[in-house]
Amino acid sequence: MKKVMRAVMVVAILGFVVFLSVYIGTHNMGVFNPKGVIALAEMNLIVKTTLLMLIVVIPVFIMLGVFSWRYRAGNTKAKYTPDWHSNIVLEIIWWTIPIIIIVFIARMTWVSSHELDPFRPIVSNVPPITIQVVALDWKWLFIYPEQNIATVNFVQFPEDTPINFRITGDAPMNSFWIPQLAGQIYAMAGMDTALHVMADESGEYMGVSSNYSGYGFSGMKFTAKATSREEFDLWIETVRQSPDALSSEEYEKLAKKSRNNDVAYYSSAEDGLYGKIIMKYMMPMETPAPMNMSEMHGMSQ
Amino acid sequence: MTTDILNTREAKSIFGFWIYIMSDALLFGSIFATYAVLHNNVFGGPSASDIFSMPFVLAETLILLASSFTYGLASLYAHHHNEKDKVVLWLVVTFLLGATFIGMELSEFAKLFQGGSSWQVSGFLSGFFTLVGTHGLHVTAGLIWMGSLLAQVLRHGLTVRTIGKISNLGIFWHFLDIVWIFIFTFVYLMGAI
Amino acid sequence: MFGNLTLSALPHEPITVGAGIFMAVAGATIISLLFYFKRWKWLWTEWLTSLDHKKIGVMYIILALVMLLRGFSDAIMMRLQQALSVGDAFGYLPPEHYDQIFTAHGVIMIFFVAMPLMFGLINLAVPLQIGARDVAFPFLNSLSLWFTVVGAVLVNLSLVLGEFAATGWLAYPPLSGILYSPGVGVDYYIWALQIAGAGSLLSGINFFVTILMMRCPGMTLMRMPVFVWTVFASMTLVIISFPILTATLGMLSLDRLLGMHFFTSDFGGNAMMYVNLIWAWGHPEVYILVLPAFGIFSEVVSAFSHKKLFGYTTMIWATIAITFLSFVVWVHHFFTMGAGANVNAFFGIMTMIIAIPTGVKVFNWLFTMFRGRIVFASPMLWTIGFIFTFTIGGMSGVLLAVPGADFQLHNSLFLIAHFHNVIIGGVVFGYFAGLTYWFPKIFGFKLNERLGKAVFWHWIVGFFVAFVPLYILGLMGMTRRLSHIDGSLGWQTLLYVAGIGVVIIGIGVALQILQLIISIRDRRSNMDTTGDPWDGRTLEWSTSSPPPFYNFAVIPTVHGRHPFWDMKHGDSAKAETPHYEDIHMPKNTAMGLYIALSAFLFGFGLVWHIWWLAIAGAVSVVSLVIIRSFNYDTEYVVGADEIAKIEVKTAQRKLQLL
Repeated sequence: MKKVMRAVMVVAILGFVVFLSVYIGTHNMGVFNPKGVIALAEMNLIVKTTLLMLIVVIPVFIMLGVFSWRYRAGNTKAKYTPDWHSNIVLEIIWWTIPIIIIVFIARMTWVSSHELDPFRPIVSNVPPITIQVVALDWKWLFIYPEQNIATVNFVQFPEDTPINFRITGDAPMNSFWIPQLAGQIYAMAGMDTALHVMADESGEYMGVSSNYSGYGFSGMKFTAKATSREEFDLWIETVRQSPDALSSEEYEKLAKKSRNNDVAYYSSAEDGLYGKIIMKYMMPMETPAPMNMSEMHGMSQ
Repeated sequence: MTTDILNTREAKSIFGFWIYIMSDALLFGSIFATYAVLHNNVFGGPSASDIFSMPFVLAETLILLASSFTYGLASLYAHHHNEKDKVVLWLVVTFLLGATFIGMELSEFAKLFQGGSSWQVSGFLSGFFTLVGTHGLHVTAGLIWMGSLLAQVLRHGLTVRTIGKISNLGIFWHFLDIVWIFIFTFVYLMGAI
Repeated sequence: MFGNLTLSALPHEPITVGAGIFMAVAGATIISLLFYFKRWKWLWTEWLTSLDHKKIGVMYIILALVMLLRGFSDAIMMRLQQALSVGDAFGYLPPEHYDQIFTAHGVIMIFFVAMPLMFGLINLAVPLQIGARDVAFPFLNSLSLWFTVVGAVLVNLSLVLGEFAATGWLAYPPLSGILYSPGVGVDYYIWALQIAGAGSLLSGINFFVTILMMRCPGMTLMRMPVFVWTVFASMTLVIISFPILTATLGMLSLDRLLGMHFFTSDFGGNAMMYVNLIWAWGHPEVYILVLPAFGIFSEVVSAFSHKKLFGYTTMIWATIAITFLSFVVWVHHFFTMGAGANVNAFFGIMTMIIAIPTGVKVFNWLFTMFRGRIVFASPMLWTIGFIFTFTIGGMSGVLLAVPGADFQLHNSLFLIAHFHNVIIGGVVFGYFAGLTYWFPKIFGFKLNERLGKAVFWHWIVGFFVAFVPLYILGLMGMTRRLSHIDGSLGWQTLLYVAGIGVVIIGIGVALQILQLIISIRDRRSNMDTTGDPWDGRTLEWSTSSPPPFYNFAVIPTVHGRHPFWDMKHGDSAKAETPHYEDIHMPKNTAMGLYIALSAFLFGFGLVWHIWWLAIAGAVSVVSLVIIRSFNYDTEYVVGADEIAKIEVKTAQRKLQLL
């Protein structure tokens, strides 16, 4: 009976592992299927850190298995030293090994934290495009200040071009995340954060809010589409044909709570709208805003 | 009951109370930290230098310091001289000084409210009222405690137990003085500059 | 008259109505059983008003187990919703309800399962391990218990009156502010936590003083059992971190009640300050929970390997190191707020440094097993399962501590899998090990071992089936707290698997209930007659099982780290008749219960803006405290002759059973 149980367990574990491997092989693994420089660097960082840790973890697992088996009470042949309780050499060894590994990981952490700082622009010969992002209840608004258009729950940009996302919110805290392109950053009212992205392949990528922000949170998704430059320019023209324009009044309507919004295009966006959205949390409405945007950015950092 | 057991019990109680004071200090620390973050966020409302009346606050401070001194006298008479009447006298004086302090604080709050500077105006004012108010609430609790302690001293005289209680309230009362010094320095003095 | 409380606060949805009816029926059944068996007086005098630390510990554990059922039902409902709500289907719960469930799940599991289970075990074991007759402040101990109970009652009351918070378990503003959460849910959350938190703080102070001032003669700090050491570290963290929680929730409440602007988006509030403060409490909180679990594993691994614990001194220093480090890592919970590279890197590195002392502990446990004689009783199984599971959780934890990696892992199901990995693998396994280990000491009979092992296997297998899929889903980009899932991504397959895992854990929980019933039924055959069922080394095993209410007839004197082992194996066999002395014990009192009830009225009044009730509650709390302070007659004396009688009786009973 015990043997049967053991066999069933082994088969079940193997089956579980095979099932998961097949699943992983046949699905889009998001973070592990990077399509942008930042996401690629982040994936490599995850893999490298894991491998470094395995240097300690694998021996621990082996010892756990071997010791449990060998020193089971039934095995009277194994050595038994009931009073042995300290050994300076051994203890020094297992203080030292984790310290060395953590020193390595810490070094990697310091370097990568600076390289992958979301505020740090991506170096490239191609001029960057700035896209302003506003997290609303419960949808994403994208404003293209250079192209003077705006969209909801859809953002398109050319591949191999650095994209400077500037991010704020007019809602509870959200987090802006496109797993295949770059890690997330929070979108907060009255704050101006940034995320830099460069897609190295055309495609449509899932974008989400990853920080719970209320009842409509599950529907707060967008598509990030990377295309060729020509296609991007064409798309801009399409958006400019839209009958809707994003004025202040139109924005107020949009900012009201709504769930599972469809994609929307605005042929134009009011000048300085993004700054106004931030400012209304910084200053009483009546007084004009005395601060300019560069100071603001300094504050948020 | 042997005095030995009584003494251990009072020692535990005093030590435990010290630990509580440490944690209370962290409560104030958290509010202080929040005030430090918010103290410039006036959002178009008045700033610290607009609303503080330094002579008034200085008077408040001196009264509270004096109450700490008079409490010290009560404590001294309890511990070293065992003079119940003097203990009661100085406790009453301390109580009156503490009550005056609370009265002045409330009148300051009322004046601010009448001037339109309520805690709803800005993050700064929320922090100010909460920090000072939390201290005031502690002082009030101390006053209630002092009243109850007075009754116990009158009823039981100066025993190991009542003297232990006088020590505990003493720790509390002096601690609140120290907190007030911090408030006076960082909120009022530095705000007024 | 009743503030915002109107009839519309009663439940409408079938699920909440059902839960409400269930609670009412369960309550009515218990009450009528008590009447039927005429047990009211017994319940009142022996339990509810008791100041005996062992009974208080048992009541904490009962509370924790009942709440575990509630928290676990929430988990099942969440898994079911995520499995059903895919693509065009929207499951059986609207977000308005689902979002309350995940909030309640987190709050209940941490505050009303893990915390009471921890304080329960501490109450059971610590005074016995240090050779004390009670805790430093027995009355405060009772008060702490009832504060915790009242907090739990408030959380569960929200099920039938009004709503619970739908904000996530840490209630980040501005979402938890009055603007975005105008209902009573967040207020229930705040006051349940404030009252229970006050209880935790008082317990923290109580055990801190108990450990420092009530150890028996000879027990120096470096002779304390490891569990006592880890509890000491944990209580230090309680004393330092809980005031931060009180202040933070207090300010959130002022925002909501009085219209202040601490954490609002506008009027100069700063929501990021809340996030900082809540994690300055929240990170130490997880160490508050896990350190005592480490202590339990240290006791268990030594007892069941029949060997001294390896590296006692390193164990202690590792514990102290973790205690200090836990206060300089809080920012790792929000690297994604954009604090800048230097700040993030600093906190990331501080975090991974914690892996060093933790790793050292793992090696020490392994080398305690090395050259031992390991008996695989269920506490030992929990320990081995812990080392395996917790190590994996530690690895994912270090990954999350690297800011560059955290940007991709934060807020995803990877994070959820990580903390369940360390909390189930560390805290839950540890407390269950401790429960099985100390159960015979408190009740005088062992738990059924066969079922105990089955429970373990269901928990560990269920854990991996439930949470490995979540690790993968997190990497695929699935975020936490989703009430509806996109159908095109193929996520639902793994969500089904995770659901199966929860069912397996559910069978484990059911087996635990069965284990308790069977063990009580068969208690005569599981009797622990010696007081020392596991061949223990520390003082709790030197007294009878269950111990007399005064724990030790004669306070032991200690000469080493393994006092009871020395007593058993030393040559100083005590042949002479012991010399008993009068003992002072605390009198029972219902005051703790009354004060906590008043605090409940205060909290309930504030939740519903019933001002007169809140004021009455507050006045009642203050008055009762004053009345208690006037009571100088709080102890009674047990005479030496009475102790002698009890001891003789215990010895006779022991002989009969043998």
